[in-house]
Amino acid sequence: MTQSKPPLLDVRGLSLSIATGGSLMPVVRDLSFSLNASETLGIVGESGCGKSLTSLAIMGLLEGTPVRVTGGEILFEGRDLLTLPARERRRIMGNEMSMIFQEPMTSLNPVYRIGDQIVETIREHQPMSKTAARARAVELLRMVRIPDPQGRIDSYPHQLSGGMRQRVMIAMALAGSPRLLIADEPTTALDVTVQAQILKLIADLQSETGMGIILISHDLGVIAETCDRIAVMYRGRVVESAQTRDLFARMRHPYTRGLLDSIPEPDEDVERLPTIPGRVPGLDERVDGCAFHPRCARASDICREQDPAETAFGGGHAGRCHHPLEPDA
Amino acid sequence: MTTDAERPLLRVRDLKTHFTLKAGGLFSGTRKVLKAVDGVSFDLAPGEVLGIVGESGCGKSTVGRTLTRLEDATGGTAEFDGQEMLSLSKADFRPLRREIQMIFQDPFASLNPRLTIEQTLSEPVRIHGLETTREAIRERIARTLTQVGLDPKVMSRHPHEFSGGQRQRIGIARVMIVEPKLVIADEAVSALDVSIQAQVLNLIKDLQTESGISMLFISHDLGVVRHICDRVAVMYLGRIVETAPRATLFSAPSHPYTKLLLASIPRIRPGRVAAEDRGEPASAAAPPPGCPFHPRCGLATDICRSERPLPVDLGNGQFSACHHAGNQQGEAA
Repeated sequence: MTQSKPPLLDVRGLSLSIATGGSLMPVVRDLSFSLNASETLGIVGESGCGKSLTSLAIMGLLEGTPVRVTGGEILFEGRDLLTLPARERRRIMGNEMSMIFQEPMTSLNPVYRIGDQIVETIREHQPMSKTAARARAVELLRMVRIPDPQGRIDSYPHQLSGGMRQRVMIAMALAGSPRLLIADEPTTALDVTVQAQILKLIADLQSETGMGIILISHDLGVIAETCDRIAVMYRGRVVESAQTRDLFARMRHPYTRGLLDSIPEPDEDVERLPTIPGRVPGLDERVDGCAFHPRCARASDICREQDPAETAFGGGHAGRCHHPLEPDA
Repeated sequence: MTTDAERPLLRVRDLKTHFTLKAGGLFSGTRKVLKAVDGVSFDLAPGEVLGIVGESGCGKSTVGRTLTRLEDATGGTAEFDGQEMLSLSKADFRPLRREIQMIFQDPFASLNPRLTIEQTLSEPVRIHGLETTREAIRERIARTLTQVGLDPKVMSRHPHEFSGGQRQRIGIARVMIVEPKLVIADEAVSALDVSIQAQVLNLIKDLQTESGISMLFISHDLGVVRHICDRVAVMYLGRIVETAPRATLFSAPSHPYTKLLLASIPRIRPGRVAAEDRGEPASAAAPPPGCPFHPRCGLATDICRSERPLPVDLGNGQFSACHHAGNQQGEAA
């Protein structure tokens, strides 16, 4: 890569709010991250942290929802998607960037054969004859390692297993040869043995195509095994981000630490699980200062008053905390 | 721990729960049988927590639902405290309803949104005649709410006023308030965020230890199961393929399916040897002949394709339903 080439995706200061009865309730605040080609960024956090809304904002899928972009830029290869004419933006979606979701059964139409659905997706984005699109569909099914793609192309969604349906969804997402793929909980509805297969498929496809991937998940194990970099979100903010290895070796934010410690792991026995006290405050509950302070053992006066700015810890590791943990903690 | 001297609280033998499905179109009239549970046997000692793990469609939830009589057993027996309960009439089973309680995944779906917590919790107390006066009922509710970590003052509120974790605490309170002997928890913490899940898991563990309740803990999450269970049974397509004490199951699994399952879990700390791609399970409506796992198994030989394996006793409480169990120690599946 040359010095002058912009990152594949550069999100700068993105803020989102939900419009309710004339007022705006912030749900994502001043969010920044960037992603290069062939790189996988994991966004992890619990329900309501804003991780899925962020991905919908990048994909331009907030239309028709009460969520508004209230600030920031989403630069895709240097162009701000938020100021692009709608037509231009639509052209990028589904071609240069695409998305897969958690539940393949609800995204596939049960009454159409999967081949017809893939052909339709292909032709939506590229002028192509039906015959050529069908050949391309077979090629896509082969790419996602569906055995006997010629035979399977005429199956209905219900005739496929959960894992096969998610492969079909990935095939459709690849139809426009995207350079950015956003995967929102792509394996959460799948069994663990199938999940391992789908995660491996996504990684293989990335090394074949060089696409950049944003993987959104609540599962730290999935994120740790698949991603180069991780951003931990809490209540609309990235509270810590780092290279994967660095994050797990030197957690600096008490929330990241608490999240990791509270997961019961299959390789270790702990008498009692450490917990994070309390719960995530509701969106309508106002929390001054650091949003995590009501649950944080390290909280002091400054945490209750001032929202911490982002601190660089070195080596691309950054976090928002007034009292970060010692690097060897 | 099970000892020979101790009678198990629950003794399940060759349990079968089959469902009839219509197949081949609306009018063809052919029927297919889905063998959700197909010959499951296990003992549960007093005070023991037995985990039942497996992937969707393996029949683990149906085992729980059959033992609480939410589904009818097709065959087999289940002795609770020495009494065969599957053949009891609904009326004769009623006294056991108090002693066998179930915690579900989604507590919100099982709480009536129009009732206050007090109304919800007083119902089982009155039905089972545990208290008679209003004050005694209120007192019991307050005690139970405190036990599950809630302020007794929440009694007057409705379910929608609670967060997911608090609702699951209410679900647990509704079970604990009748002082059951056996609790069947079906994916009790699966819908909760991890920080809340840890709180509820600790609560379940504390309550179980304090009260000495026996528990069947049904879950797809092996990390959660390792944390809470004394012994684990692994199910695959309607059958138990391996049973072992917790430490053995996780450190020295025997059945190739248990090994695949453990190898498939994404780990936070690096060092896992990635699982081989072994396809997906067959449908429970059309299980493969012989060992149900043979199409996905690296060890499968002719006998696996034709004969159903019986559990092999590997010692120290470990049983593996595999034709090759015992002759492949240390080998990877």
